Amino acid sequence: MTPLEFFLSGTMSAATVFLLAALGELVAEKSGMLNLGVEGMMAISAAVGFVVTYQTGSHIFGFSIAAVAGIFVSLIFALVSITFLANQVATGLAVGILSLGVSALIGKKYESLTISAPDPIFIPGLSDIPFIGAVFFQQNIVVYCAILMSVMIAFCLNKTRLGLAIRACGENPKAAEALSYSVWKIRYGAVAFGGMMAGFAGAYASTIYTPLWADGMIAGRGWIAVALVVFGTWKTSRIFLGAYLFGMVTLGELVVQSLGFAVPSQFLTAMPFVITIVVLAIISADMSRLRLHAPYSLGETYDGSESR
Amino acid sequence: MQNEQKPLLSLSQLTKIYGSLAANDLIDLNVFSGSIHAILGENGAGKSTLMKLVYGVETPDAGEIHWNGQKVNNWNPAVARRLGIGMVFQHFSLFETLSVVENIALTIEGSRPELIERIRKIGADYQLEIDPMAMVNSLSVGQRQRVEIIRCLMQDLKLLILDEPTSVLPPQHVGALFDALRKLQNDGVAILYISHKLEEIRELCDVATILRDGKVTGTVDPNQSTAQELATLMIGRSIPKIDRHDSQNKTKSEVLAIRNLSVKNLDPFGADLRNCNLNVFGGEIVGIAGVSGNGQQELGRIISGEELNSDLNPSSIEMFGQSVKGKGVIERRDLGFSFVPEERLGRGAVPSMSLRQNSLLTAFKKGMLKKGFIQSDRVAEYTDQCISEFSVKASGSSATANSLSGGNLQKFLVGRELCLQPKLLFLSQPTWGVDVGSANEIRRKLINLRDAGVAILVVSEELEELFEITDRMYVLRSGSLSPSMKTSEVTPDEIGEYMIGEKREEMDHAISV
Repeated sequence: MTPLEFFLSGTMSAATVFLLAALGELVAEKSGMLNLGVEGMMAISAAVGFVVTYQTGSHIFGFSIAAVAGIFVSLIFALVSITFLANQVATGLAVGILSLGVSALIGKKYESLTISAPDPIFIPGLSDIPFIGAVFFQQNIVVYCAILMSVMIAFCLNKTRLGLAIRACGENPKAAEALSYSVWKIRYGAVAFGGMMAGFAGAYASTIYTPLWADGMIAGRGWIAVALVVFGTWKTSRIFLGAYLFGMVTLGELVVQSLGFAVPSQFLTAMPFVITIVVLAIISADMSRLRLHAPYSLGETYDGSESR
Repeated sequence: MQNEQKPLLSLSQLTKIYGSLAANDLIDLNVFSGSIHAILGENGAGKSTLMKLVYGVETPDAGEIHWNGQKVNNWNPAVARRLGIGMVFQHFSLFETLSVVENIALTIEGSRPELIERIRKIGADYQLEIDPMAMVNSLSVGQRQRVEIIRCLMQDLKLLILDEPTSVLPPQHVGALFDALRKLQNDGVAILYISHKLEEIRELCDVATILRDGKVTGTVDPNQSTAQELATLMIGRSIPKIDRHDSQNKTKSEVLAIRNLSVKNLDPFGADLRNCNLNVFGGEIVGIAGVSGNGQQELGRIISGEELNSDLNPSSIEMFGQSVKGKGVIERRDLGFSFVPEERLGRGAVPSMSLRQNSLLTAFKKGMLKKGFIQSDRVAEYTDQCISEFSVKASGSSATANSLSGGNLQKFLVGRELCLQPKLLFLSQPTWGVDVGSANEIRRKLINLRDAGVAILVVSEELEELFEITDRMYVLRSGSLSPSMKTSEVTPDEIGEYMIGEKREEMDHAISV
């Protein structure tokens, strides 16, 4: 594998973590729920996914239980913020911080242990094409699943009644309720979906991308996923591109280090966050774009009754 | 004849209580197919609550709902819609970022091409044409209303509820709406028509049930009763007429002048202001008519100083003969400017703060501070003065702003500003959601203030109000102001033509001048 092939194929792999988590957050935010606990949900799922895979040797089992853990955490968030009407930002942060702590506890005995990642899929013919095969067709199945998910979510949000209902809830929950949609159910569902996707992202990070457990291994990638949703102005295609861009930046960090450039590693580690801040500032300056795509009632508690 | 027929919808002893207030108190109502039934009442009489009960958005605390003679339990919007009840909301239940057909697809089954076809057909049948692919945020308020009506018509409609449908329409479009409603009536649909406008009810409806303070005060044939009789049922006494007289002591110098003001709006759903020209002299009331969403908010924020646009020409906004470009709200207030915004809670007053604290917010320069410390007795005195002078009904000056009814809070806010003795007063929707009695008081105070030489600018959606109190009027449409018109020389129809843009050339002409 040439360095360029390594760089590009690594980009796809790194991007998948961002993509999975950001897609889940997109669906939650489209329904009006701002869940800031993505980092925590990913951490818990990463720990659970690693432990289960380590114990059973089954990646499928690890992924499934990690998804359940993600859903479980997201439902705590949903319970507090939807049913008990707590502020979404505060709840998301609290649940996120709690989950980070719990992830350390779950993974305590497994600190620095490693497992073997499953072999990438080898597609006869395609994978043998020089360069292209090495970059695109020797990836783990999850990478392809994530791409497929992007297409499905874009289709669902824009072309199906379910998607319309989710967007309606995020736009104007009162009106959605008046049309006899259950805002309660839709938001619970969307948040749980976000939890499941964060679960996949966490499990992918700890069992496939870097198959080891270390406390704090999510290292801010959950926050980047949240930022990616704004970055992509709530459009699936842009979120997809953003995830790949950040995947590239992450890989760039490794490449620059391995090539021995005299750049401090802290600087490179900070790059994705710096880029996020710059891009968010640029996007926010263009109000019209935000207003056209941002869910209008994002982050607002909906108490189900008309205030009068 | 109707009495032999069985009622389509029958409410008996329906009651809804909010806190300690009975918004609906033992309401009895029968609605028959093929009849346009008016629900008449003042703001706050319980009309909207009653409609929410009928549509199932709210659950009654007591009483029964019968449909075709059958008692219905577990009433909710889904059940209501299945039975054939459709509702057009006062504040629309449409989704701005979705297209017309997407909005309709949320409630009506069918493939997209099918729905588009049906929207076009209904549009043609009822003269409610609309582009199915248009995004809702690009539609005017009247067009949005059409979308809501079409959405109701696409189900098997038996009963249509309309909540103050004409409040958002220019006079010329009211006729088209009424034609569509009469056609529906002929098709056998029952219509519940909520309004507080006596004249249109007399024109359109064949039965009227009048509500006051949550109770039914009468069910009459509106064509057999005079407007005065209906008004008496509605407010419990006859409405005192405001004695309208023109300004006597208009000053020679402009107090507020806006010249060639153009502002590009950053919000894609808002309006750009285009070449606006306006002036207000001392001792006159100037009105700005128009349907909201045509730049009222944008213009209001520029005049109040909440939005400081650095691109403005210094001469494009002047108060008392000097440019106020770059001057903030407080600096403008120091010059003698005062402002009552349309949102009472949140912009006019801090909801959870007491009336005293709320008066401190704008009147703090009236000796309420000593070296930065609050002089509580002075604040209390000032607040009590506002309360008594404007007969605000409140439990005292320490009552919180959100504990007051809309009308009383508005009286308090207008009072708070008037007690500052401004030389230029700007009010936005001064009597919106205010009961008839309080609205009249506020209007009378404004006329008195004008006679004392104050310059007053009023933005209002209610044409009747503008005709009652203003000396001159402008119309704001799509961010452009019409030429100034003398109220005594213009008719509501002419104003309406500007509102819908039929007087386009003249407006363009005004711009080029």
